[in-house]
Amino acid sequence: MTSIIDLDRVTFSYGDTVAVRDVSLSVEAGEFLGLVGPNGSGKTTLLHLMLGLHAPDEGTVELFGQPVEEFDDGGRIGYVSQKATSRGGAMPVTVRECVTMGRFAHAGHGRLTDADRAVVAEAIETVGIGDLADRLVTELSGGQKQRAYIARALASDADLLALDEPTVGVDAESRDAFYALLDDLNDDGITIVLIEHDIGVVTDRASRIACINTELYHHGDTESFVESDALAEAYGATGQVLHHHH
Amino acid sequence: MNRDTAGDGRTDDSDIETDGGATSSAGATASRPSRGIRRTVELAGIAVTAVVAAVMLGFVFLYWAQDLPIASDLYAAFRSVGRGMDAVFGTNVFRHPIMWQSMATGVLVGVVAPLVGSFLVHREMALIGETLAHTAFAGVAIGILVNATTGWDGSLLLVALLVSIAGALVVQWLTERTDAYGDVPIAIMLSGSFAVGTLIISYGRGLTGINIEGYLFGNLAIVTAEGARLMGVLSVIVVVGVLATYKQLLFITFDEQAARVAQLNVTGYNTLLVVLTAVVVVGAMQVLGVILVAAMLVVPVAAASQIARSFRETTYLSVIFGQLAVIGGFAVSIGFGLPSGGSIVVTAIAIYLATIVGSGFSVKAISAHG
Repeated sequence: MTSIIDLDRVTFSYGDTVAVRDVSLSVEAGEFLGLVGPNGSGKTTLLHLMLGLHAPDEGTVELFGQPVEEFDDGGRIGYVSQKATSRGGAMPVTVRECVTMGRFAHAGHGRLTDADRAVVAEAIETVGIGDLADRLVTELSGGQKQRAYIARALASDADLLALDEPTVGVDAESRDAFYALLDDLNDDGITIVLIEHDIGVVTDRASRIACINTELYHHGDTESFVESDALAEAYGATGQVLHHHH
Repeated sequence: MNRDTAGDGRTDDSDIETDGGATSSAGATASRPSRGIRRTVELAGIAVTAVVAAVMLGFVFLYWAQDLPIASDLYAAFRSVGRGMDAVFGTNVFRHPIMWQSMATGVLVGVVAPLVGSFLVHREMALIGETLAHTAFAGVAIGILVNATTGWDGSLLLVALLVSIAGALVVQWLTERTDAYGDVPIAIMLSGSFAVGTLIISYGRGLTGINIEGYLFGNLAIVTAEGARLMGVLSVIVVVGVLATYKQLLFITFDEQAARVAQLNVTGYNTLLVVLTAVVVVGAMQVLGVILVAAMLVVPVAAASQIARSFRETTYLSVIFGQLAVIGGFAVSIGFGLPSGGSIVVTAIAIYLATIVGSGFSVKAISAHG
């Protein structure tokens, strides 16, 4: 398989505080990687390092086979940040305008074409919010907002979907529906990296798990994670992974 | 660490009204017929604004080129239209070229300030507009000092523009290093540049006869032909700059991190936005004054955001409201002999209050700073 993301001995600090220490891992094409760890364990920082939002103090990061600092094909990545989904701002942007942003990396300074608009309309339909296209994002529920952001990623023809705790503040039913959508997208070949505080959700969905608390405690398939002591070690307490029953 | 709720994987939109003051789908459907009318009214408003702005730019150009053969005839026609307007309105205003210069500057401010403000306000960077206005004031003061001590008689506004752009770059440099639009360094810069300005002016006051109050509170009488010309050029630069980068500015304003991941040059566009802001405040300072200039960046946008149904509509309505505020403010200013800056800003606030009433007293929370 082809590596989408490759981290080699990556370390990153905020001032004197080490957030990520000596982490090496790779994400293969078509994989669904769950990134777990306690609060403040460096999950978001690690995701930012993967996407080139932070430059590592030590080590190297490759994205789609290129050093991340040289990577310039932004359309291949769909990113849903924690801030984006939790923001309570009053900026009046419609779902269609939000999803259209996914085409900007392709259009550059040129005008959007009818083909671009068709891609946007299709992405909105794919995530099941076609009837909300002209609604303001601020008026949507948490679950609908997530779908709008996913549609933006789909509109950019992303091969990689990076999501940082996308279901915070989303009710349980919408959350399940949202994860079912992620499963479908993963089945279609889109690589997914998901930060999720609910370990039960991740172990139900992800094909591989990376467990981090500054250092990497586990990186491997989900079954081996469930059976390992990585969770207890990373969280500093005895823990047990619970599964959801549907 | 576990969930206790089972879902059935449905992808319906049953949670449509669960947060954010969502309105019902039925309401959205019912409002569709009125959306066409609304859009037509907005486009008509933008078209009228564009025509008025073009006429004003035309006047500024004709005034500059009035000695040229064809331009002199057109300029003479303009003057006679002004005299005709005075006859109709019973005023003694429109026959004077200086009033047209002031109105041209005001109308152009009414277009470009809300245009830039649409991004600035929603990036929670409104305080930066205020800061750059104060920096421009320091620029005017420096210009006065240079005038007084060297005998150089160049444009004060040009000096203000240079100092304000330098200030914009410093603001951007500061914010890149504070990891947010931190308001402490910005506030220090705001009051610091104003303090420097007052010190220089107090030193230079004895040397020149320049009326500094005009720059502080705005005054139609301080708009010179050169100032109007500068505003004309700056307006074209701002409109072209915003139109050329609209998509990128929108993406960065809405979701900066995602824009970075999409490989947009976020730092570059942020710098462009603060520099365009500096350009706008220097132009607007003439009619609005340093103290009130930020209002035109903020108030029309706040009014538009109350009722807009998309970001594009926000920019349209901001410009239309900006224009109404300027024209209404001029009418008040001329009619009652009041300062133009205060008249325009009070009119803008009246429009804002009207939009609050129009939106059922639902005040949108827009922060003035980061």
